[in-house]
Amino acid sequence: MFNNLSEKLDKALHVLKGHGSITEVNVAETLKEVRRALLDADVNFKIAKEFTKRVKEKAIGSDVLTTLQPGQLMVKIVKDELTELMGGDAAGVNLSGTPTVILMSGLQGSGKTTFSGKLANYLKTKKTKKPLLVACDVYRPAAIDQLHVVGDQIKVDVFSDRGNNDPVAIAQAGIAHAKANGHNVVIVDTAGRLAVDEEMMTEISNIHKAIQPQETLFVVDSMTGQDAVNTAKAFNDVLNFDGVILTKLDGDTRGGAAISIKSVVNKPIKFIGTGEKMEAIDVFHPSRMADRILGM
Amino acid sequence: AGKSKVDDDVLDNLEEVLVSSDVGVDTTLKIIDRIEERVAKDKYLGTDELNGILREEIAALLSETKSGEETDYTIPTDKKPYVLMVVGVNGVGKTTTIGKLAYQFKKKGLNVVLGAADTFRAAAIDQLQVWADRVDIPIVKQAMGSDPASVAFDTLQSGVAQNADVIIIDTAGRLHNKVNLMNELTKIKRVMQKVVGDAPHDVLLVLDGSTGQNAFEQAKQFTAATEVTSLAVTKLDGTAKGGVVIGISDQFQIPVKYIGVGEGIEDLQVFNKHEFVDSFFK
Ligand SMILES: Nc1nc2c(ncn2[C@@H]2O[C@H](COP(=O)(O)OP(=O)(O)OP(=O)(O)O)[C@@H](O)[C@H]2O)c(=O)[nH]1
Ligand SMILES: Nc1nc2c(ncn2[C@@H]2O[C@H](COP(=O)(O)OP(=O)(O)OP(=O)(O)O)[C@@H](O)[C@H]2O)c(=O)[nH]1
Ligand SMILES: [K+]
Ligand SMILES: [Mg+2]
Ligand SMILES: [Mg+2]
Repeated sequence: MFNNLSEKLDKALHVLKGHGSITEVNVAETLKEVRRALLDADVNFKIAKEFTKRVKEKAIGSDVLTTLQPGQLMVKIVKDELTELMGGDAAGVNLSGTPTVILMSGLQGSGKTTFSGKLANYLKTKKTKKPLLVACDVYRPAAIDQLHVVGDQIKVDVFSDRGNNDPVAIAQAGIAHAKANGHNVVIVDTAGRLAVDEEMMTEISNIHKAIQPQETLFVVDSMTGQDAVNTAKAFNDVLNFDGVILTKLDGDTRGGAAISIKSVVNKPIKFIGTGEKMEAIDVFHPSRMADRILGM
Repeated sequence: AGKSKVDDDVLDNLEEVLVSSDVGVDTTLKIIDRIEERVAKDKYLGTDELNGILREEIAALLSETKSGEETDYTIPTDKKPYVLMVVGVNGVGKTTTIGKLAYQFKKKGLNVVLGAADTFRAAAIDQLQVWADRVDIPIVKQAMGSDPASVAFDTLQSGVAQNADVIIIDTAGRLHNKVNLMNELTKIKRVMQKVVGDAPHDVLLVLDGSTGQNAFEQAKQFTAATEVTSLAVTKLDGTAKGGVVIGISDQFQIPVKYIGVGEGIEDLQVFNKHEFVDSFFK
């Protein structure tokens, strides 16, 4: 699509060279390309607009006379700005609880159950923790079975209560079970839900209040389009979550949702999912993500 | 009054609405160009007429091949069994859509058989089994980890033996940039043809309605691997608009057949262009 953003910007900026520095007038075409690149990457419409404006302010006055490839200068300004936007506070998981309780949240199919397994495996193998997975999705067909299969794969215990359809009670019982059995991390998997589903949003709010997690994570599919801002904002309003997980980055999506979400809730992106296997988890790198969004 | 002219402001606003519905820049510009052309022709075109024209233009882009013309869950009567293969990336709603579709076909008095050819994802077979039980129809399955093509083969053989009207094959979610997994789909398709020569009669690509521009690449790669013949767009009960299917339907000439509007068994609808377009302006 715009693997050649840098080239395009070179072209758009070619005319500028004769003018010495970037000015309001001569940068318009370039900014259009930047905005276009962001929209093609699924950055939210309004956020792309604001972002382009900020880039313009930074760019104006920059000296392009001495630059051989003004496109690259512009790309650098854009990239630095993007990286900064997605960066911020270094983002590990807060493991201070006894036990540490981690609550997963997100839309249907975003990758919560899979990520619950990956995180448990990561904490077990990399942080020598003894995690427990708790199955609080009482709706999706075979959701409990799915978590058990995942738990078996990574040899992590799974707490479930098949007859019970009250996720708050299951979560609480899960934590009690963890305490009784020496688990120092509890990962609570929940059902997928839409932000507009009031009943389901109330449900997760109730789980959140009841178990007071150290970490509430919002799991989002990196292929998400313009709606990412609405969903992230709505979940954040209800849960005030601590971090974002971007899944399915092993695909070829540009992942502009990362910028949109960060801009709208200002919470760190903590981990990424890069495959279906339990080892396919990585910490988030803002600069790599910026490259990806720009198609570089 | 009420007849303000279509000027740059109106078009800018239109651009925002369309891009914010995931229509994408290219398709949005295409739509705006068409509207500008008509504005140029008819100088007195007002914003009142704009909506009507807009709907016409977007509807025209939604593949001519019957997208949104069907009003019911129909299948051709000359194909028995009618074989439907469902494909798509991870978590879009394939299995759920199969459950809902099976329910609709069953309601029409058709004999439906499901094939559990997702042998990879944790508890995928159990999930499809729950749907088969809900709809009360037979399912053909093997153990987790077995060859999906072999499951599809078995399902077709069993379906033929049971005199099934419709066979629906569930497949594992896969990202379209994974060559091996895409080749596997091609293989499943080829193996099915050993039982029913012209199977599958329909390859349904399921797209998550909240997906952005990546859906284009999905349509492209799944079409290359399996010749997708129809689309379903899921999760439109949320705030996402699913506008990316306009460009996809236009570019690949694949009709949108169904939309998913919830997790329940009844939450499937036959696609209606006009309602779909209207939802952008709500
Ligand atoms: N390729 C890839 N697939 C993933 C990744 N994370 C999850 N998946 C797949 O995405 C699909 C959905 O994942 P789940 O973990 O079931 O998602 P969920 O959010 O728990 O879904 P619900 O419980 O239905 O809301 C499955 O096919 C997973 O294997 C990832 O990082 N990469
Ligand atoms: N709100 C809503 N949720 C849906 C819809 N369709 C499916 N879902 C949910 O989305 C999640 C994923 O659905 P699945 O049917 O498992 O998706 P899949 O494509 O088979 O997933 P994989 O096999 O893991 O690739 C589940 O939680 C479904 O209940 C829909 O139209 N609306
Ligand atoms: K919607
Ligand atoms: Mg789940
Ligand atoms: Mg499935």
